[in-house]
Amino acid sequence: MLEWILSALIIIGAVFTLIGSIGLFKLPDFYMRLHGPTKATTLGVGAILIASALYFGFKEDGISLHEVLITLFLFITAPVSAHLMAKAALHIETRRIQRTRQHPK
Amino acid sequence: MKQFFKSFLPHPILSLVLWGVWLLLNNTLAPGHIVLGAILALLIPKLTASFWPEKVCLSHPVTILKFTAIVLWDIMVANIIVAKLILGRTQHLQPAFLTIELDIQHPLGISLLANTISLTPGTVSCDLSEDRRCLLVHGLHVEDADETINEIKQRYERPLMEIFESC
Repeated sequence: MLEWILSALIIIGAVFTLIGSIGLFKLPDFYMRLHGPTKATTLGVGAILIASALYFGFKEDGISLHEVLITLFLFITAPVSAHLMAKAALHIETRRIQRTRQHPK
Repeated sequence: MKQFFKSFLPHPILSLVLWGVWLLLNNTLAPGHIVLGAILALLIPKLTASFWPEKVCLSHPVTILKFTAIVLWDIMVANIIVAKLILGRTQHLQPAFLTIELDIQHPLGISLLANTISLTPGTVSCDLSEDRRCLLVHGLHVEDADETINEIKQRYERPLMEIFESC
């Protein structure tokens, strides 16, 4: 039973990470590409981490809490790096696709 | 007594977090590590005091919990929505830059808001204006700009304001 749950979690994680990478490849401009890795991967990595925590929790004695830390660090670093890249892109005025709407200030 | 406490523990929350992270990193509750972690938790905030000019105080623990739950839920929903958008036809996506006028003043609150925006449905925060009043946000697929801005303000900014600005 446990193995089924673990396999499902790992597959879900892998699929979401793959979708994030597909987004990186498929979306037309830099700003849109940023959305792929920052979003789709958090759930992907999250599912894999839950699987890891469950596996080491059940197979070995005691609970494994390293995964909690990885999640925490991921949630802190992913948006910060996305913000910095977006800021840098704005600064050097990276090409954006024509239909991008600019909300009036 | 209060003065002593203040100079000894200038940032109680930071110390607590450092202590917890140390124990988690070592994945142990051995007495040696508890003591070592406590020493680090006392020393690091003192040594890095110049990075923390303002005292952070949190209030409304219920709001904090509620906010965390909302954000975690939204992260999950955001992942599914973005996955759908990526797999769908990208020619129909309508990206947009939005300017959000901030009511929240606390610097930590602003950075938390920006982080939250980056983690949730189809938006990435891009730039904060010099005077910390406007946040520029890029949306992957925005149908109604005003509605999106309103939702961000209602859903994330208001609870953060409650948490950070009532002290």
